Parts: sequence; structure tokens; C-alpha cells
Amino acid sequence: MKKRKFMALALSCVMVCSLAACGGKDTGASQPEPAPAPAPAEKTDDNAASNADADSQTPADTSADASQAADITLWTYPVGSWGDAATVSGMISNFNAAYPDIHVTVEYLDYTNGDDQINTAIEGNQAPDLVLEGPERLVANWGAKGLMVDLGDLWTDEAKSLIYDSVQNACKSNDGVFYEYPLCMTAHTMAINRDIFEAAGALQYLDETTGTWTTENFQKAVQAVYDYGQKNVGAVYCSGQGGDQGTRALINNLYGGTFTNAEHTQYTANSEENIKALELLKSMDGINFDASIAGGDEVNMFCNGTFAMAFCWNATQEKNNTDQGNINFDVLPMAFPSETGEAQLCGGIWGFGIFDNGDPAKIAAAKTFIDFMANDEKQAVESVKASNFWPVKDLGDIYEGDALMSEYAKFIPYMGDYYQVVGGWAEARTAWWNMLQQVGSGTDVKTAVEEFVTTANAAASAQ
Amino acid sequence: MSKNNSMSKALVRRETIAGYAFMLPSLIFFLGFVIYPMVQCVFTSFFDATMNREDIFVGFANYIELFQDKVFLGSLKNTVIIVIVSVPVTCIFSLWVSSVIYDLAGPACSAFRCIFYLPVVTGSVAVAVVWKWMFNNYYGIFNYIGTSTGLMENNINWLGDERFALGCIILILLTTSVGQPIVLYVSALNNVDQSLVEAAEVDGATKFQCFWKIKWPQIMPTTLYILVITTINSFQCFALIQLLTSGGPNHSTDTIMYYIYYNAFKLYRYGYGNAMGVVLAIIIAVLSALQFKMAESK
Amino acid sequence: MYMKQNQFNRSACYKIISVIIIAILAFTFAFPLYWIIIGSFKTSAAINATTPQWWPQEWVLDNYRKLFSRQVAALWEINIPFTGISLTGPEVPAAIRWLINTVFMAVVAMLLTCITSAMAGYALAKKRFIGRTVVFSLIVCAMALPKQVILIPLLREMAALELYNTIWAVIFPIVGWPFGVFLMKQFSEGIPGEMMEAAKIDGANEWKTFYTIALPLIKPGIGALAIFTFINSWNDYFMQLIMLTSTKNLTISLGIAKLQAENATDFGLIMAGASLAAIPIIVIFLIFQKYFTKGITMGAVKG
Repeated sequence: MKKRKFMALALSCVMVCSLAACGGKDTGASQPEPAPAPAPAEKTDDNAASNADADSQTPADTSADASQAADITLWTYPVGSWGDAATVSGMISNFNAAYPDIHVTVEYLDYTNGDDQINTAIEGNQAPDLVLEGPERLVANWGAKGLMVDLGDLWTDEAKSLIYDSVQNACKSNDGVFYEYPLCMTAHTMAINRDIFEAAGALQYLDETTGTWTTENFQKAVQAVYDYGQKNVGAVYCSGQGGDQGTRALINNLYGGTFTNAEHTQYTANSEENIKALELLKSMDGINFDASIAGGDEVNMFCNGTFAMAFCWNATQEKNNTDQGNINFDVLPMAFPSETGEAQLCGGIWGFGIFDNGDPAKIAAAKTFIDFMANDEKQAVESVKASNFWPVKDLGDIYEGDALMSEYAKFIPYMGDYYQVVGGWAEARTAWWNMLQQVGSGTDVKTAVEEFVTTANAAASAQ
Repeated sequence: MSKNNSMSKALVRRETIAGYAFMLPSLIFFLGFVIYPMVQCVFTSFFDATMNREDIFVGFANYIELFQDKVFLGSLKNTVIIVIVSVPVTCIFSLWVSSVIYDLAGPACSAFRCIFYLPVVTGSVAVAVVWKWMFNNYYGIFNYIGTSTGLMENNINWLGDERFALGCIILILLTTSVGQPIVLYVSALNNVDQSLVEAAEVDGATKFQCFWKIKWPQIMPTTLYILVITTINSFQCFALIQLLTSGGPNHSTDTIMYYIYYNAFKLYRYGYGNAMGVVLAIIIAVLSALQFKMAESK
Repeated sequence: MYMKQNQFNRSACYKIISVIIIAILAFTFAFPLYWIIIGSFKTSAAINATTPQWWPQEWVLDNYRKLFSRQVAALWEINIPFTGISLTGPEVPAAIRWLINTVFMAVVAMLLTCITSAMAGYALAKKRFIGRTVVFSLIVCAMALPKQVILIPLLREMAALELYNTIWAVIFPIVGWPFGVFLMKQFSEGIPGEMMEAAKIDGANEWKTFYTIALPLIKPGIGALAIFTFINSWNDYFMQLIMLTSTKNLTISLGIAKLQAENATDFGLIMAGASLAAIPIIVIFLIFQKYFTKGITMGAVKG
């Protein structure tokens, strides 16, 4: 009997407490609405909002405005070791040595759920202050929706003169507002299993020193490997958007097609060159359109020897997979094949953007953080090295003595147009792999690409 | 009704006060976190709502677009297929398994019960990862077994072929949903009145007759309960699709739940997503009401 | 006599064959769990190999080491309302915090659901109050409603209540889900009216009648509902994905989902995380399974 009483008491306590908690939050929420002006910081701060200690922080925030004391949050996508807590906290302690009053909290996103988490956080009024990602999200997506802060004052004349022009163009919107301050970049390549190619006698079709080949030689090489007995030479993976830059680069390069027009306002994937490329891939022995795998699966299956080539590749892929002991053959990175042999590689640019959370102190602190990470003489090198990609301006040979990175450095000059800033990008990405699935299952290529372009352009103009 | 009339007004008032007092804690949560969002959902479905912009009233435009959207209609069809295939299969399969294992010696029965329950607790991410590997086009177990036994000539790209992908999803869903029905059926069968069964056997009834005439009516309430929970589960099939196929190939595994999610969080079309939600909610409400009517009449 | 013998053989045959088929199926169904647990002890190359290793050739703890060294979070964090004081525990691997969060979430959701549903179910079954049919129809219709339908409004509501990115944003919708009320109503139908009348004659008030008469009778049902809610909320990946963002607030299944990377998924890490998440819930199931089965059956037979 006693036991039962105790249980009941405990249960009702929990109930009352939770109801009280619920009620408490309720009144808390209604408070800021009639008077939003005095305490905007409270509402947006990621950490403080859910905690009761928000009250105690508000006065400190306003009084210490001048000395830049602020709590800011940084969300990073896994850009090299920027997704790794140990590396990032090391860099943050460097930052705090210089700016002890700015407290940075880091959250680590993944590419599968990261976008959804940021989008729900925006809806939930808890968007991060700083995000580390590329122009396709910072500029073309959140920037275009008016959620980001203009970073014009970070882009000083000095910065403009130092940062490569192609990167600079990618970091600003169509009307010239900078929503990203870049940190690092890479060129996405493809890779081949050199051991298999050698055994199949296919190495003669490619230039090992420059890492290039022509479309014609690519066909011959694939055929040779196929005839050698490797029935799965490569796959046009299309189960989702993961690694889709690889399939885009492959198709665009084969006959010199483009993905968008030069102004990045319209999708041009229905050009003759692209149709020809898709038809070629469809007809090739050893290349199949596989709707059950995406870029990540392709990489795994290249490493375990299922495929003889990977279209979703870069220096980091090789480094990570070698470190994990996944590769037991000689990997040869290659540019995508094109008619002339001169490839236009798809680039990746990563940098910082700031969400406009309405608090000038936080925005100023976030800018200080970006400036330190990307421009501080010592830190900039470390920040770029953490990403395992290349700097967006001349920092000297930061990978001196690193054989792997030196090998991949030769592809940087092939960086093509960074078109990922075109409108409707999210919808176009989905439409792209849907289009590849259609082609793979036998739909006429022209019909499929026309449908893709219609959908994608509709999305672009809707924005 | 007649009972109500015969009650005095004071009694009715007392019953009503007491009734709502007992209902109150539950109603707070139910109205606050189910009904209120549902009302909001209906309301927003008449707007063109997106992120960081005032909503624009568009009347029935979202609904009109909805019924012209081939992907939506396809995903509606897929959702219906998943439900009408997986619900009966789950029920029949679990009933069959339970009827075989319920009278096995104690440890054997309980071991089977546990093993079938394991997929429920494994977690969808992990389940998806392993099944994806088993269905692999190049070196998956199913292809290996199929080709080495000569059942299949070539490897089949299970998840990458629109003819098979939905079936694979339903199969995985089945493995993760039979655990509970089996546990329930085993105990229901154990609770069947044995004296009735014995009497029937003495009268010369066959095993099948025994089952159909005597056991089935007694486990009927359990069956209804299982029907309800399985229907709920199959409507909610989301994680498997997000993790395995993203709705492909060629939209063959798109479900409404996935499509709502895609519209809401990839395209930020909140109004449109909500309109889909409303349509789905109406379908489900009608189905539940029917199911319940059936249950009442039995 | 011959006939009988024959029939016996046939049914024995059926039984044996069925058991064999079921055994094969059972192991197929449970295979993912086996594969995850042994996979979590394999090297990355072995997991990714084209020829499966049914038993690891080399046992390594790398995956667990990586899982535990990846991110850190405070072991606990308690905010005392209205004082602004917050107690923060020592830093531990984030996966441990995720487990604690998940247990907290599942236990609180379970307790709240059981309490509210038992009371509401009892009222619906035994009280003839005005509007009862309306409430009950609403419950039946909303019962099968997938949460995705009300996702966007729910997110906005949680944001307005400032509950977004707290564990409560996951708990409250679970408690609000009316399945528990429906279930408890079915159980409460079996409470004999005479017993309640007798209690009333003895002078018991409404609460006492519920507490002393009804509650003991529906206890098995509450047990069943408890386990059902616990396991469902443990697996409720979707709501967690939408509502939680901070590392310190994640649950274990969301934490695992976030271990995936776009182009380089580390399966070893995922398997280690998944094993860690599965083991507590399996233990709970094994301990409570008797209670679980007993409760449901009693209710189902009566309902």
C-alpha cells in the first residue's frame, strides 16, 4: 500500500512539474511579442533560448557591446576536419586567445540531414549565427531568401584583389551582394583503379602525368577494361543527390556541354552536347545507370573493387579512404574526359555566411570570427589545412611535402564555371537524379532532359 | 441514449464535470499538440506559405495543383499499396507464425518471440544500412543466393529497379512490424479456452474447423488491435524511404509522407505540403472511422 | 484408427516444416541486428569488402573509440526554473548524453501518456458526459494520423512556445497522440459497474473510485501501454529530426543518423552507434516482455 502511494505521489509530481514547465514556457513565449525591441537577443540565441539563464545574460550582452563580448553559434558541414570536434575546438581556442570575449558554440551537421536541420532551425527561430558551407546554400538558397547578412565590409579592396575572381563571383548574388566569405576550394575529379587499367592495357589511352584524356580515348579505355573481364567499369549513380557533381561534370565534359547559361539564370542541360553525352554513356558497355546507389556508395564500391572508376572523387576521398585502410590498389585521379582533353572541373567552394538574427553584436562578433579564420596570417593556413582543400587566395605552398595533395594540385587550374548559384537549385538537384533514373530505365534521352530543364527552369524563375 | 434520458439533470452535470476533469490532462495535450496543429494545417493549406515571407492567400489553388501533380498522385497510390499489402500480410504472417510457435515448449516459443521482436528495436537507420547491403546490385546476399541457386539468371538491381523497389520497401517494413503482432497473437492463442477446443476435437472437428470456429472468434479482439497498429505503422513508413531510395527510382517509392517532407523542407512550400497533409488526414480519418465501425459491429 | 494415425503424421509433418521455415525467417529478420553488432567490431575495410565476413577475422574497437571521441557534451544539464541557475555535469562523449536524453524522453513520454490516458480512457468508458461521442470520434479519427501531416504547424507552434530544440518538443506530441486514450478506453470498458456503485455507496468520491477500483483493474493495460509508448518513442526518429538540433539535445537514433556523410559514410561508426542504441531497449524488452504480453491479452479479450 505504501509503495503504491509513493508511486502515485511520484507520478503526480512529474505530471505537475511538466505541466508547470509547459505553462512556464507558455508565458515566457508571450512576453517578447508585445515588446520585441528590448531583448531581441534572447529570442535568437541558440543556447540561451531554451535555458532559464537567458535573463541573466541580457544585461551583459547590451552593456558589453563595445568590447564585442557575444555568444555565437557556428554550424559546420563536414568540410574535411571542420566536421571533427577535436580539430575545430583547437582552432577555436586559437581564436579565443585573440578574442577572449567571444564565445563560440559549434554544432556539427551532416550532409544527409544538415539542410533540414538548418531549415527547421530557421522556422524555429534558432538559426545559427555562422555557417560553414558553399555558395549553393549560402548565396543561392538562404542568401536569396533574405536570411543572410551582407558581408560587403569583409570584402575589402584588399580581399577582392587577393581572392581569385572565379571564387569571388560565386560568393555574390546576382545583384552583387556578398553572402559568403570563402575559405577553401577544391576541384572534384574522377579516379581510376590503375591496377585494373594496367592489366587491361588501358593505360595507353590516358595521360598519366597531366591526368587527362579525350572522350574518344575514354570510350576505348572503358571498352578495354570491359573486355578484360571487369564487367562493371563505372556507374552513373542516381539514387539521390549525394555526389551529383560527379555525374554532372561527366556529362557536361564529354562533348563540352554546359549545365547552365553563363549568367546562371537558366538551365541548359538539354543542349545537343549533353544529349549526345547521355546517349553515349547509355550505349557504353561497362557503364550502367544505377538507381540504387548515390555518390557515397559509388566511392565505397570503387574502393572495394566493384567498379574500376569513380566519378565522385577528390583529394579528401583518397586521403580518408587510404587512412581507413579501404584501398588496396593504386588510385589514379583523373580529370573528366572531354573532346579536347581540356576538362572543366566542377569546383567546390566553402566559406562562411552569417544568418541575420537581428543582433548587431552577434553579427559583429561573427564577422570578427570569419576575419580571424580566413585572414589571420597563421590561422588562415591552419583553417584551410583543416578542410584538406586548397586556399582561395595565394597562401604559398601550404601542402609542401604532402605527396597526395601535390598530386591533386594539378587539377586546380581546370576549375570550371561555378554554376551552383543558379536559382531553384534544390529542386533542380532532385530533378537531375530523377532525370538520370528515367534515362537509365529506358526513357528517351531527349524527352527526359527536356522534362528536367522545364522543371528546373520553372523552379529557377519561381525564386 | 435511453439511459441518458433516464438520468437526472443533476447526475448528468455531475458526470460531465467528472468526465472532463478526468479528461483534462489528456485533452490539454491532445488539443494542443494534435488538434491545434491540424487546424493550422487546414488553415495554411489555403495560402502560398514559405520561409521568411508573409503568407499569400490563394484559395483552393494548392488543392487544384495537388490533383494535377503526377508525383503526388503517384505517391498517393504508393502509400495505398503499402498499406493494403503490408497490413493483411503482416496480420496473416504473424497469425501463422504464432499458431505454429505458441504451443512449442516454453523456451523455444519465447526465443522465437524475441527474435521476431528484435528488428523493432534495432532502429531504422541501422536496419536500412544492412538491408541496403543485402539488396546490393553487385554483391548483395539476395543476388548471390538467387544466381547461385539458378533461380535468377542475372543480378537484379533490387532497389534500383522500379519493378522491385516498392516490394523491397514493403518487405523491410514487414520485418520491422511483425514483432508486436506475434507477441500479441501468441498470448491470445495461449488464452483460448482449451476445454472448448477439446470438446470440439472429441466431436471430430478437423484442426482447421477447430481454429476457424473456436479459436478465431476468441482472438478477434487481438486481431482488431493489431489491424489498428499495423495500419498506423504502415502509413508512417518514412525513414526507410528517406534512407534507402529517396522516393526513386522514377518515383516508384514516393509516399505522401516523404513527398510532404520534400515539399516542406527541401522546397519550402509549406502551404502546398499542408494541403497534401489535409488530403491524407481526410483519407485516414475515413479509414479509421470505417475500421472502428467494423470493430463495433462485430 | 488408420485415418487418425495418418492425420497425426500429417499435422506433425506440417508442424516440423513450419517450424523450420519460421526458424529460417526469424534468423533472416534478426540478421540486421547480428550484422550491426559484429560489424561494429570490424575494420572499415572488412565492412566494405565484397566478400562478407560472417565472423570478424580481426576484432577491433576503433569504431567505438571513434564514436566516443567524436563529440563531447555535458553529462547532464538541469535548469532550475525562475532562478537562472543551471547545473551542468562533467563533459562526456556525446553518445552517452544522447542515451541519457533518449531514456529521459522515453520515460517521461511513457509516464505522461500512461497517466493522462488512464484517466481519459476511464472517463470515456465510464462517464456518460455531454460531448463524449464527439471527443471519442475525434480521437478515433486522429489516431492513425501520421505526424508528418501536422509537421509544419507543429514546428511553428513549438517555435512560438520556445520549446523548439528541447526534448519537450518531442515528448508533448507523443503524449498528445490519442492512441493511448483509445486503448485505455477499451480496457476500462471491462471494469464492472457494480464495483463502482459499491464504492460510491461507501462514500468514495470520483477520484477515490478511480484510484481504488478502476486503477488496479486496468493496471495490466497500463503496463502494456507503457511498453508500447516507450519503444515507439525510442524509435520516433522523425519527430526528433525535425525538433532537435543541438548536439547536447540529440537522441541516440538521431545522433546515429547524423553520423552519415554525403560521400563517405563510415559504416563502422554507424554500426557502433546503432549497437549502443539497441542494447538498452533489448534489455528492457527482455525484462518486461511477460508483463507486456499479459497486459495486452487481458485487455484485448475483454475489449
